[in-house]
Amino acid sequence: MEDIREMIIQEQNLVYKRTRLMTDATLSYCPGCGHGTIHRLIMEVVEEMDIQSETIGIAPVGCSVLAYDFMDVDFTQAAHGRAPAVATGIKRLWPDKYVFTYQGDGDLAAIGTAETVHACNRGENICIFFVNNGIYGMTGGQMAPTTLDGMKSSTSPYGRDVQKMGPPIKMTELIAQLAGTHYVTRQAVHKPGNVRKAKKAIRTAFEVQKEKKGLAFVEFVSNCNSGWKMTPNEANQWMEENMFPFYPLGDIKVDGKLVKNL
Amino acid sequence: MKEIALMKGNEAIAEAAIRAGVDAYFGYPITPQSEVLEYLQLEQPEKRTGMVVLQAESELAAINMVYGAAGTGKKVMTSSSSPGISLMQEGISYIAGAELPCLIVNVVRGGPGLGTIQPSQADYFQSVKGGGHGDYRLIVLAPASVQEMADFVDLAFELAFKYRNPALILSDGLIGQMMEKVELPEQKERVSTFDQSWVTTGKTNDRERNIITSLNLDPELQFEHNKKLQEKYKSMKQDVRFESFQTDDAEFLLVAYGSSARICQKTVEVARGRGRKLGLLRPITLFPFPEEEISRLSGQVKGMMAVELSTGQMVEDVRLAVNGKVPVYHFGTFGGRIHSPEEVMNAIEDKFIGGF
Repeated sequence: MEDIREMIIQEQNLVYKRTRLMTDATLSYCPGCGHGTIHRLIMEVVEEMDIQSETIGIAPVGCSVLAYDFMDVDFTQAAHGRAPAVATGIKRLWPDKYVFTYQGDGDLAAIGTAETVHACNRGENICIFFVNNGIYGMTGGQMAPTTLDGMKSSTSPYGRDVQKMGPPIKMTELIAQLAGTHYVTRQAVHKPGNVRKAKKAIRTAFEVQKEKKGLAFVEFVSNCNSGWKMTPNEANQWMEENMFPFYPLGDIKVDGKLVKNL
Repeated sequence: MKEIALMKGNEAIAEAAIRAGVDAYFGYPITPQSEVLEYLQLEQPEKRTGMVVLQAESELAAINMVYGAAGTGKKVMTSSSSPGISLMQEGISYIAGAELPCLIVNVVRGGPGLGTIQPSQADYFQSVKGGGHGDYRLIVLAPASVQEMADFVDLAFELAFKYRNPALILSDGLIGQMMEKVELPEQKERVSTFDQSWVTTGKTNDRERNIITSLNLDPELQFEHNKKLQEKYKSMKQDVRFESFQTDDAEFLLVAYGSSARICQKTVEVARGRGRKLGLLRPITLFPFPEEEISRLSGQVKGMMAVELSTGQMVEDVRLAVNGKVPVYHFGTFGGRIHSPEEVMNAIEDKFIGGF
């Protein structure tokens, strides 16, 4: 058995290896969660563009609060919702560096709504990576601004009642209408084809920043099998059947122009 | 050659910031300190020194822009007035926890709530006891003149970088709006080298990645971090500053800072004219507090009075320093009113009647 493995695992046979920009720390995410894949894709792009020494990440409050443990770039951990303001401060002083925020739905679309909208409106030359799983994962599965109509959570135990709680907010469509955003897209990472498209979107986002064209915003519709109380496979299927119809995948704004009717 | 100008305190802060080589100012308008941002936008410091000036969407955003930028090792600041400073407390706590240098200016107005836009010293507790959540302290400087508004910008940054700690200039609407002659400091170069042991400017091959954070999930680590912070705050004692006015032979002592100290200085002159041995101690650093000097003077005087534009906040620190050795009273007016030297004189005579 050992011999066969040694025969197969050779440089010329390798089609994939982990990017050196992911650290050896064990991911704190639940098995089946999309965060690890999105982390890896961002670091792959940073490695391929050879910009590690010029990249600063902003970690939010939420499941990805410890993102800096896994990505081998300089990081600032922000207060809940304030990542776009923190990124603004860094980018304004170091306009030639690459600055990105990594935020969840509660962080970006509830408590940090003002910071998100105004950073987008000013056209801060940063990348915002927005992971939307429709729930507060870290605090134990509470209702998020993006929780779907009728979706159960620990603070909407009978399902989200949009009459009482308002409908889920489509933050990505909202900010796409602001003049400062140059590239706005919605992606997923639950299948190999989606992973490839998502990586391309991340690359485009960093290229927009490189060319100083404005703000690049990539939403990832992701799962939260723990919070949704499903197996990883069930969660992915539920996401396809319920999240994607409300949060359709694809580009919304390219080269500063809306490519989708909103 | 000396450059003399007639300026408002708020304008002096802004001009001094450009001259101190500050890299960025992030702020949001609020009375009575809006002249800081207005002056900077009019002056276009990006053309003079390359300094960045940005009007944020809120004080929350402004302080978090400061947090991000301070983490890159540059000299960054904000200014606001009481309600805005309250909004910033979350961010200030993060900055203190992450041990970043920066400058915050509070041109205090009367409160609580929306209060009044008139001057007050009612934010003393918030400034010197931490202000936001968690055990932390700011370096707090209290200017008593437009000249000190200008001079303390550079001093605040010197101390902030020395201790890697946020510094606060605690001014008020009186000094912020008052016009006085000011000798402008010389233009300093903006700093272009950064301490790579902690700044987030991009991980290069010669160092590990730097992480700016105030998060320690492990209580043992947070315990050690808190201990280290407390040791740092204790060590700040070496930078305590105060001004003594006629204290050498004083039998009674006024303790006052900022604009109240200006008023009390006149009271001392009036008292001395009547042959009464009154002195004034003016704390310049409110944190670290000049507790040793106050303790020393408590062995000399018969009593003290803290005179503040508040219902009595600093008086508690004076009492702690005096530790019961002599009576310590408070006098102050508040809610945007300003006491006169005569009112202070009357209060002194009332409390220490027959003492002179």
